[in-house]
Amino acid sequence: MTDAQTSTNNNSDEKYAIQLINMNKWYGDFHVLKDINLNVKEGERIVICGPSGSGKSTVIRCINHLEEHQKGQIIVSGEEITGDVKQLERLRTDVGMCFQHFNLFPHLTILDNLTLAPIWVKKMPKKEAEGIAMKYLERVKIPDQANKYPGQLSGGQQQRVAIARSLCMNPKVMLFDEPTSALDPEMISEVLDVMIELANEGGMTMLCVTHEMGFAKKVADRVIFMDAGQIIEENTPEEFFNNPKSERTQLFLSQIIGH
Amino acid sequence: MYVTNKILPELPAPSNAKGIVHWLKTNLFNGPINTIFTFLGLFIIYKIIPPVIEWAFIDATWFADSSSACKLENGDRKPGACWAFITNRFDQIMYGFYPASERWRPNLAGIMLVLLTIPLFFEKTPKKAWLGGFILLVFPFIAYSLIHGGGLFGLPVVDTSKWGGLMLTLIISLVGILFALFFGTILALGRRSSMPIVKSLSVVFIEFWRGVPLITVLFMSSVMLPLFLPEGTDFDKLARAMIGIILFQSAYVAEVVRGGLQAIPKGQYEAASAMGLSYWKSMFLVILPQAMKLVIPGLVNTFIALFKDTTLVLIIGLFDLLAIIENVLGADPAWLGFHTEGLVFAAFVFWIFCFSMSRYSMALERKLDTNHRN
Repeated sequence: MTDAQTSTNNNSDEKYAIQLINMNKWYGDFHVLKDINLNVKEGERIVICGPSGSGKSTVIRCINHLEEHQKGQIIVSGEEITGDVKQLERLRTDVGMCFQHFNLFPHLTILDNLTLAPIWVKKMPKKEAEGIAMKYLERVKIPDQANKYPGQLSGGQQQRVAIARSLCMNPKVMLFDEPTSALDPEMISEVLDVMIELANEGGMTMLCVTHEMGFAKKVADRVIFMDAGQIIEENTPEEFFNNPKSERTQLFLSQIIGH
Repeated sequence: MYVTNKILPELPAPSNAKGIVHWLKTNLFNGPINTIFTFLGLFIIYKIIPPVIEWAFIDATWFADSSSACKLENGDRKPGACWAFITNRFDQIMYGFYPASERWRPNLAGIMLVLLTIPLFFEKTPKKAWLGGFILLVFPFIAYSLIHGGGLFGLPVVDTSKWGGLMLTLIISLVGILFALFFGTILALGRRSSMPIVKSLSVVFIEFWRGVPLITVLFMSSVMLPLFLPEGTDFDKLARAMIGIILFQSAYVAEVVRGGLQAIPKGQYEAASAMGLSYWKSMFLVILPQAMKLVIPGLVNTFIALFKDTTLVLIIGLFDLLAIIENVLGADPAWLGFHTEGLVFAAFVFWIFCFSMSRYSMALERKLDTNHRN
């Protein structure tokens, strides 16, 4: 058990960073999310896994309202998401997101990618924003790429830039939507290292949709397994990997670890 | 089994094309059919180019006070071109009926615009945004006060009916391009809006203006519109024509820009909003810069068309470059019969401007290409 895990377990009345209460979502007639209930404590690190099409990405995309849920409640830092534009803009500065395909802005340099939101959303002076940007670029170990364009960087570097870009807004929550699944195998570890470092610093609430089970074992406080739009199993990593309860989880684990 | 620890050195690529002879062989004389076409082409060039050069340059009359210099003693035309027709009436071709004593005013405005714009083309210029803003928001008032009079400097008014020639062509095109770009972009965003009213208004506007010919728009603006306005309302003819052109062209620009907006991956919209950028900020900071870059060829196409379409203002009685040459100078008894030179000159001026736009857009595309820069 890591230190952070012990501390969250000891303070069970800690505030929730995110609460999903009976969340439901449909794409047309297709019921993608069925009664999702999830409480995420501040500073908690959660890994969501499951087969493709299980709705795991949709869950975290609903949290910052990139997708709209149709039933139930989403509460972020004590505030229920209503879809109000002003509220969303405010909440999104507290919730950073990293995408599978990085989604860096190709027309801006790395530095400009990082300073865009601090300058235009937080109204930070340019010098200050650049200072913060360089600090995070150093943290993800690519300060020397600051004046290049995203197209000149490798996939792994781009994803690290994307993480730094989110961190520049000093978010309370970070959402990761399959951050390593579009990467070449030899670049996965450089991104995971950055994420592990971030997780080990503590304080940051992290929700990570990923198939990297090694990452889950190392840093997750809880692992959530989803299938067919439902949360099937939820447990500590040790229990989840060594002693999966549901048949569906056992099958999934045997498939991804089996080869 | 094979193992190596030796990394091979990098070598220059072999050059396949060596020298002009090789180029000729592979491009012009590779095979009998191409050889025949090459000779045929050379023959056609030989038949066309020398006579044109002879007409336009060698036998041409460049300067003269009257048309007699371009005629033989028996009254027939000399074989060469009579550029004296152009040089003699050059001022009118440039300014139309703008009074000679006041021509320094459009000149000054033009020079100011050029001097203000040049720094924008250099990377290092500080505060470019402010300069750009000044040109777009303040300079128009200065230019209007200079060219039209009144306004800021209290100069004597030169009515727009006196404006003409290349000056008028440039004013209409410049104003038309800027406003059409602005309104077109807004319309394109409107057409992609999730708000049903905004969306349908944009669609109706675009489809209406795209569906009518520009000539009709100009006719309506100058003949029909005054009938609907209360009696005595004097609405400047040039302003009416400009509004017509702007409405018409923004519909085209809108569709071009919409093409660009649709080509931007959904992830860019998502990343922008996930960072807390508002709709307008994400559009102007993230989406439009990329979309506009993609549609530069289409936009320039529209602008070149707009530039050439300005010649249509003739039908509502405005005398742009072509109209001055064709209908004013061409009808002047002193210079009858030098129609061809006039048209060739007008074509040449239009070509220079359109070609410059095209070259500039290509340079801009290269400059903005950040995907594969080393």
